[in-house]
Amino acid sequence: MAIEDDVLVVGGGIAGATAALAALETDPDARVRLVTHRQSTLRHASGLIDVLGYTPAGEGPLADPFDALEALPTGHPYERVGTDAVREALAFFDRVVDGAYEGGHTDRNALVPTYGGTVKPTARYPASTAPGLASDTRETLLVGFETLPDFDAPLAARHLEAAGVPFDARGVTLSFPGIRRDDAKITRYAHLLDRDEVVDADSGERSARDALAASVDTHLEDESRVGFPAILGDDRVETVREELAEALGVDVFEVPMGPPSLPGMRLEGLLYDALEDAGVRLTSGVPVVDYETTAETAGGTTDRIDHVVVDRNGAEVPHRADQYVLATGGLVGKGVDSNRERVYEPIFDCHVSHPADRYDWFVDDVFGDQPYARFGLEVDRDLRPLAADGVPEFSNLSAAGAVLGGYDFAAEKSGSGVSLATGYVAGTRAAEVGGR
Amino acid sequence: MSDAEQPIDGGAPDEGDDEFEPIQVFPEAEEMDLRPGADDCYKCSTCDTNCPVAAVDDEFPGPKFQGPEQWRLKRQDDHDIDDSVMKCSNCMRCDSACPSSVPLSQMHNTARGEYVEQTMSKLSREYLRNRMLANYRRFAPLGATFPRTANFVLGLSITKWLGEKTLGITSERELPAFATETFREWWEKRGGNAASKRRAQDAREKRGGNAASKRRAQDAREKRGDNAASKRRGESNQPSEDKRIAYFHGCYSNYNTPEVGKALVRVYERFGYEVLVPDQHCSGTPMFANGMLEDARRAAETNVAELADAIENGADIIASCSSCSMSIRQEYPELFDFEGTEDVSANTWDAVEYLRVHEDLEAELEGTSVGAEFDDFVYHAPCHSRNQGLNGQTIEVMDAIDGIDVHDVGDSCSGISGTYGWKAENYETSMKIGEEMFEHMADADARTGLTECPTCSMQMEHGTGYEITHTLEVLEAALVGDSSETDG
Ligand SMILES: Cc1cc2nc3c(=O)[nH]c(=O)nc-3n(C[C@H](O)[C@H](O)[C@H](O)COP(=O)(O)OP(=O)(O)OC[C@H]3O[C@@H](n4cnc5c(N)ncnc54)[C@H](O)[C@@H]3O)c2cc1C
Ligand code: SF4
Ligand code: SF4
Repeated sequence: MAIEDDVLVVGGGIAGATAALAALETDPDARVRLVTHRQSTLRHASGLIDVLGYTPAGEGPLADPFDALEALPTGHPYERVGTDAVREALAFFDRVVDGAYEGGHTDRNALVPTYGGTVKPTARYPASTAPGLASDTRETLLVGFETLPDFDAPLAARHLEAAGVPFDARGVTLSFPGIRRDDAKITRYAHLLDRDEVVDADSGERSARDALAASVDTHLEDESRVGFPAILGDDRVETVREELAEALGVDVFEVPMGPPSLPGMRLEGLLYDALEDAGVRLTSGVPVVDYETTAETAGGTTDRIDHVVVDRNGAEVPHRADQYVLATGGLVGKGVDSNRERVYEPIFDCHVSHPADRYDWFVDDVFGDQPYARFGLEVDRDLRPLAADGVPEFSNLSAAGAVLGGYDFAAEKSGSGVSLATGYVAGTRAAEVGGR
Repeated sequence: MSDAEQPIDGGAPDEGDDEFEPIQVFPEAEEMDLRPGADDCYKCSTCDTNCPVAAVDDEFPGPKFQGPEQWRLKRQDDHDIDDSVMKCSNCMRCDSACPSSVPLSQMHNTARGEYVEQTMSKLSREYLRNRMLANYRRFAPLGATFPRTANFVLGLSITKWLGEKTLGITSERELPAFATETFREWWEKRGGNAASKRRAQDAREKRGGNAASKRRAQDAREKRGDNAASKRRGESNQPSEDKRIAYFHGCYSNYNTPEVGKALVRVYERFGYEVLVPDQHCSGTPMFANGMLEDARRAAETNVAELADAIENGADIIASCSSCSMSIRQEYPELFDFEGTEDVSANTWDAVEYLRVHEDLEAELEGTSVGAEFDDFVYHAPCHSRNQGLNGQTIEVMDAIDGIDVHDVGDSCSGISGTYGWKAENYETSMKIGEEMFEHMADADARTGLTECPTCSMQMEHGTGYEITHTLEVLEAALVGDSSETDG
């Protein structure tokens, strides 16, 4: 017996989770399974949903990403799925996260200040980030903590001013009540605030939120908003933010941080809660390692996948579905891997186009336009991976997210947007063609 | 399966002998060199954000420090292992989180072993207490011989007070009660393997009438034709009459909850499996967690030998406790290299997982129902089930039974982690970690808990007062029903 489903999604990052959810929305009777191995890049990504910040030629920051989508080169994932699908995917995302994100009121990019004091163009941002937008002219106090050196608040404030934001910014560095060790994990900060634990602060024993507000209050001058690094709680970030705002009498917001990132983890939580509510069957902690095709291949060159093999700590368990979605990520997620000879896709060995000579994978200028950043699968308009001869590798496999080639998420600022749009299309398509 | 049917692996035995000579890649466990693994770490801190202890305990530096950073320090100079390694609960969450496949739990187990060996005084209270907790199995037979006395004495508050003061075992918890009859006693009384063989045969005859199920079994065998491990053992040509499993019951279902073991036997016999119950020691989980690697090695050596024998006899190994299966599947091959370790690891299964893959469990459950006392559950997936990709399994299987509603409490850790939460110094941390699970349990529409791990079940009960059941007991109620009462 194989474990049987209608749609099987491999990889549980933003692309895979979206694909599974979209499949179930398309066909509520379908049996949809998500198999995912290690943790996805949601653990380190900022939690922002960037659609397109810069064109592939480097122009930007773009005020309106949708204008630029139409001009993308053939083979870019957005070109494959089309602009309408990108809009539908964003609307779908807004429904899934139900109020936890903002930005849906406009096509235009929002400008979000980040921990380094730069300003990042993005399409959707967590509600906790909203009062901090750089287009807002209110004076701003940034608060950093001695034990969180990644966010140097005075420096970030100076950088923001130098970047020409339309407001005055000032930064202070405090000690975080209740945290002593200089390498405390961000989950420790979040836990203290989420649970409002009693801490031993300079002002005596009191609850963590209270103590934090009190120590910020003495530094607050005329500013009408205060920005903290994104550690203000986990499940209860909105309550924490409200209480701090009330105690300080100003708006409170979070500044997205570098990896590891709580907003990314919270987004992961939202997506996984949605998967559970929708009834997606989840198998995590184990990898898909192999596949078998069906004996009777329909009409010639294109194979059909019969089942994939999941390695459960040594036992090989067959999982069969009608349609498969490959959403295993890029070089970070291990959806695309490389050795000295070649760059390859490890499960199905789908064709990855790249120069034969290893020395052409990189250019000397590390900040230059790196060819390897675009390595990934080429797909048709149904997102089916294509072999070197341009024919789909399998009739029932589509691919989504960072495993795709033809774009450079870091340079374009398009990572989550591409994963979301292609995940949405792959999942919808799998439920449409598949099903019972 | 007789020896004559033993298929030949990889061609004639006399050919290419040296080609198949296993190369010694890893040195012995004690001197395992984990530094290359440390180099794979790119410091993303994903492991740290998954650690339940680091989120609630200020003194714990987190898995990235325990693993790769500690091994790097060791390389620079001969650094002693930091004592914070004893604060790790061995939940193994970090291990399955790392995107770079750094062998974190192997590093922690080895570091803990080294710390206990080199730094901890063998006369200290902590060492004695840990040794005792790790070797629960050695003390359990005493309790099981005089269960009523033992339960009475363990329940006395003076005993608990003494436990806390002299040994550092928390007095907050109720020590688990011993069963009046162990699983193995029940098994022997019931007629052991011979009886199981008979019952399995009867069940097969009954099921044989059902042509559809025969076809399904045939189908399943064909589909599994690609499974290298079973091919090696010739399972694909094994007649369906030869369904055999060896049960690794572990300590807890033997001494404390024999009803779980009985449920397993009855459910498997119902599917026509003959059950073997090989001699066995503790799986080693509590020993790894306490850094008692030598104790673990001794136990593992016996287990591997006995289980390899059972495999030789045509059985697959089935465990009902998720930490036992985790230990045999992952920790054994990471830490030991007895002959047969890999084979035993590759042929060990979780009890429900095996039925799902080898039988059409969900189809069999279709249309079954259970008594009213079994209608609503809150389910907690143990960390060690998660590590084996089994987190969704119970919910999926329960969905097939009529009238059962199961609520998942989400992905929080219960916090007890075996012997961890029994130590007075960890009790508070353990309860803080568990808080999220307790809240979810209280919020759900059910008053009975469901899980596959004995210590998680103690924590669930301790934190909420709910009664806790094992998934196999629900399957037994659905598939075997009342007939279990006529059965010894
Ligand atoms: C440090 C960092 C910061 C970033 N910041 C931003 C940002 O600010 N904004 C933005 O838009 N984008 C950002 N990105 C990019 C963005 O995170 C990714 O492009 C996007 O999230 C990729 O999602 P994915 O679902 O395609 O893949 P991933 O998130 O990589 O998920 C792939 C999943 O597949 C699993 N998997 C792999 N192989 C197997 C297998 N064989 N079997 C089962 N499962 C498997 C993996 O374990 C993983 O869980 C950042 C990326 C990184 C690394
Ligand atoms: S998750 Fe892995 S790679 Fe990341 S810091 Fe931890 S050990 Fe290193
Ligand atoms: S095993 Fe669990 S407690 Fe130990 S370091 Fe890893 S995540 Fe933390």
